[in-house]
Amino acid sequence: MIRDITIGQYFNSTSPVHRLDARMKIILTLIFIISIFLCKNFASLGLMVAFAFFIVLLSKVPLKMVLKSMKPIAIIVVFTSLLNIFYIRGGTPLIDWKFIHITSNGIFTALFMAVRIASLVVVSSMLTYTTTPTMLTDGLEKLLSPLKLFKIPVATLAMMMTLALRFIPTLVDEIDRITNAQKARGANLDDGNFIQRVKALVPIIVPLFISSIRRAYELADAMDCRCYTGGPGRTRMKQMKFHASDFVSLGIMAIFIAGIVVLNHFFGAVLVK
Amino acid sequence: MPVLVLDGVTHLYNKGLPTEKKAIENINLSVEKGELVGIIGHTGSGKSTLMQHLNGILKPDTGTVIVDGADIWGNKKAVREARFKVGLCFQYPEYQLFEETVYKDIAFGPKNMGLRDNEVNKRVLRAADYVGLSRELLDKSPFDLSGGEKRRVAIAGVIAMEPKVLVLDEPTAGLDPRGRDKILDMIKNYREATESTVLLVSHSMEDVARVASKVLVMNKGKVEMFGTVEEVYAHSGELRKIGLNVPQVSKVFEILKSKGLDLGTVYTVDKAAQLILERGGAVK
Repeated sequence: MIRDITIGQYFNSTSPVHRLDARMKIILTLIFIISIFLCKNFASLGLMVAFAFFIVLLSKVPLKMVLKSMKPIAIIVVFTSLLNIFYIRGGTPLIDWKFIHITSNGIFTALFMAVRIASLVVVSSMLTYTTTPTMLTDGLEKLLSPLKLFKIPVATLAMMMTLALRFIPTLVDEIDRITNAQKARGANLDDGNFIQRVKALVPIIVPLFISSIRRAYELADAMDCRCYTGGPGRTRMKQMKFHASDFVSLGIMAIFIAGIVVLNHFFGAVLVK
Repeated sequence: MPVLVLDGVTHLYNKGLPTEKKAIENINLSVEKGELVGIIGHTGSGKSTLMQHLNGILKPDTGTVIVDGADIWGNKKAVREARFKVGLCFQYPEYQLFEETVYKDIAFGPKNMGLRDNEVNKRVLRAADYVGLSRELLDKSPFDLSGGEKRRVAIAGVIAMEPKVLVLDEPTAGLDPRGRDKILDMIKNYREATESTVLLVSHSMEDVARVASKVLVMNKGKVEMFGTVEEVYAHSGELRKIGLNVPQVSKVFEILKSKGLDLGTVYTVDKAAQLILERGGAVK
């Protein structure tokens, strides 16, 4: 289960998507996420899914890995869809039996929600699949640097994020190791009711916390030893630069948004007021 | 009858992905009751993967693991039983401690076995004796102990399940020489007292030579050699080729032999000292 969480993972490859500037990729991802919620009908939704698919292909990240990142959210998607089907009113009533009322609006909202959540996860995992954590936080730091004017310690926050991302795989490995060790002592993690299962997690959580704290101290010492003070005066070895391809990608994104707006206008909204 | 049999065990990592890799391949192994087998091999030779197959933490892609006459993947119950029949102690086991007291932590395994309180109590005390933990320590928090003591508490936690086969992965890693000696002596005494089977994963040829009766050499996911300490260490050339080495003291004796002083073959410092003293006595 824990292995399925792929957000924050990087897939090493050389593709046009990998080469884009991290700042541009963050901006493009944000625009894309907004566009996901702009779609009002199946035509624009289809365009959005197709474009997401195109990005995945372009990035050379295996489809299998991308699908894997959807596994943990499958339950959420199904759950919200079901809720939508049964609770959304309006549109043509399809079933009207005792306490079950299903309307066309409910079905459509459920469908839209499912596709939107799935695309959201795919697109945001594309960002982390194609950008190393360091590049990502460097990009974020640059993008957020105007906030320094308001005395927000952007550099420190960016460093915290880099470290947090850096330690995700380490902690996943650690959980694996501890789980195996406790399984070897007969810990039963898969059976029993909810309370029993939560109790069964104690032998894993406690060692995990202890080792995380130990790692944090060790890391702090290591950073101290290398005279890390953070904040002002810290320069970068790799300077970020926008290239022509970054502006081309921005142009493609603009055309895509225009397409969605046009399709929305042409085919009208699916949901009926 | 052998207590542990592996038949054609192969395990793949990242199955179906482009990064698919054979971690271990076609492992055939048979361990008799009461043996102390040292498993040696380079980092990444598949030692740890092999070990995790013995109690069903990893499932082989092909092949069978038979513990005490039963295929551990035969049915759902068998896997759980294998967990108790084969006690696995991972590398740096001190990081798995979690209970408020040492006693409770050692009791975790036996309790999971569903034993009664007085049986659990007996086993905890016995295990504590084997690893040389004094009674006062049992009521302390495991986090207040020294590194070596923590390690021994964790090993006691596995021993307390009284498994038929005890598997230890690098039990001496990161310990000072005295801590290492303590653990090795403890393993030796434990095996002699309980007549159980012990597998010791290590990359220290010295450690293995000191306690093991047989040695299994792993290389690139395959069994390279399996035999008595003498048989395996006699192939020092082949061992060197796969990045392993015979103990330093053996090397010294080899060189002495090539220079014309044949004192025999030794693998441990103790034995070497004994041979030298004998020779000295004979000359007198």
